[in-house]
Amino acid sequence: MSAPPLLEVADLEMRFGGLIAVDQLSLTAAAREITAIIGPNGAGKTTLFNCLTGFYRPTGGRMVLHHPNGALALDRMDGYRIAARANVVRTFQNIRLFPGMTVLENLLVAQHNTLMRASSFSLAGLFGLARFRRAERAALERARDWLARVDLLDVADLAAGTLPYGAQRRLEIARAMCADPVLLCLDEPAAGLNARESSALGALLLEIRAEQAIGILLIEHDMSVVMGVSDHVIVLDHGRKIADGAPAAVRHDAAVIKAYLGEDDDAALPPAVAADLRAGQGGA
Amino acid sequence: MEYFLQQLINGVTLGAIYGLIALGYTMVYGIIGMINFAHGEVYMIGAFIAVTAFTALGVAGVTFVPLALAVVLLVAVTFTAAYGWTVERVAYRPLRGAPRLAPLISAIGMSIFLQNYVQLLQGARVKPLAPVIRGGFELLHANQFSVQLSYIQCFIILATVVLIAVFTLMIARTPLGRAQRACEQDRTMAALLGVDVDRTISLTFVIGAALAAVAGVMVTMYYGVVDFFIGFQAGLKAFTAAVLGGIGSLPGAMLGGLLIGLVEAFYSAYFSIEYKDVAAFSILVLVLVFRPSGLLGRPEVEKV
Repeated sequence: MSAPPLLEVADLEMRFGGLIAVDQLSLTAAAREITAIIGPNGAGKTTLFNCLTGFYRPTGGRMVLHHPNGALALDRMDGYRIAARANVVRTFQNIRLFPGMTVLENLLVAQHNTLMRASSFSLAGLFGLARFRRAERAALERARDWLARVDLLDVADLAAGTLPYGAQRRLEIARAMCADPVLLCLDEPAAGLNARESSALGALLLEIRAEQAIGILLIEHDMSVVMGVSDHVIVLDHGRKIADGAPAAVRHDAAVIKAYLGEDDDAALPPAVAADLRAGQGGA
Repeated sequence: MEYFLQQLINGVTLGAIYGLIALGYTMVYGIIGMINFAHGEVYMIGAFIAVTAFTALGVAGVTFVPLALAVVLLVAVTFTAAYGWTVERVAYRPLRGAPRLAPLISAIGMSIFLQNYVQLLQGARVKPLAPVIRGGFELLHANQFSVQLSYIQCFIILATVVLIAVFTLMIARTPLGRAQRACEQDRTMAALLGVDVDRTISLTFVIGAALAAVAGVMVTMYYGVVDFFIGFQAGLKAFTAAVLGGIGSLPGAMLGGLLIGLVEAFYSAYFSIEYKDVAAFSILVLVLVFRPSGLLGRPEVEKV
């Protein structure tokens, strides 16, 4: 534990007028780990992502990314630089592909900066210089590799908007991976997927974790995915962190059960949960 | 028949020029959803730079036409592109994210400013230029009417075809073209993937201005006169062309330009040359009333 964690968020606060969406939130996420962020609707999960990716400028706190090239203060970066320099890439709850471009082109846009550099701002691209052709071949190879992994190779030349829903979800993850992330933020990637698709998604995430030295932040409501893949679960409620630990521990946490099931007395809870709850309180 | 053929040639030449300007309108509309009303003025500046450069080369004693042409094109494209970049930087970028009307007003202001700026600097008088390329082919001679295809018309049509090919290749194949299309569809998402949206938009203006500069050089050589007001008319015609083809559609802009050029040529040939603008702008009205998405445009889809 000598190296600092990949992402360090300290005392993050995001206010919208009188509403505090994220309140004194501190958390860390490690490389080569999947950190799940769960919580009821309105807990501030997506707001946290919006802060991390520069959509919102936090009203307080710090977010430091320990990038291989040095520590970066995410709260002081904005716009495209977060993806281009800090390599923080996200997906959205509602899919945001480029619907009119082909599946393959979607993955090439994600490799824009590499290609722009190789092509000297597209001039070399027009004249088909060797250096650019090599870079373009590498980009295509990478794109095809990811398409094969998410099983979309045979639709590479279709417009992304014409794909079925589940395929669009997979494409979004493949596109994010093509952008060469150091920290990948997935916002409800399993939303709207059926059980088979969700388990395939879980397998894909585990594969990414095993192969790439990146950290994954995962917002998800599908508990089978969360419990199946995460190394570490952080629970938010009303913008505060109420639990933080291994999946098994968080599942039995009294505060978490309260947040999800309400604050009624034990009698209203299902017997098994009530037993867990009592055990948790006894333990504490 | 011979008369018709001659007008066809004239119309295609005119249409090529309108098409090149229309590309600038449609590209900018595609990427930031606004009509850059200063684009016509950028074209006019391109024409003035062409006159200045031709005159300077004439004084310097460069008489070899291809060399002079290459130099003038280079100079005009470079300076006009710089104007295009500056216009975006000064008048539109600060208004990014403002309501749609604000950059539109800013564009009209920029257009008025550039017109008056050129009028002040260059004077309101028409600037003449001696013909640079003379002569032509005689395609047909019948009934005491000869159909002429002048060298300058050949040059305009050929140069336009080459430019369109390069431009299409750029949009389809290069990272910049892809980034432009991505920004057109979802600017936020493009930024989240590391695309520098501001730079992409700047380059769009630069490319649009460069195409307008070429059109400016062509028109200078074709008509031999330039004044500070040509940008307004040609700009409106090219805008009509872009709308006719379907604003936001690149092939549409070229097609629209061609059609407007042909309509103008035939209307002046068979009806009345004084009212050729009425014909062109009637098309604008008709298209906006009956087919607002244009010939090749997609109907406006609500953006999320």
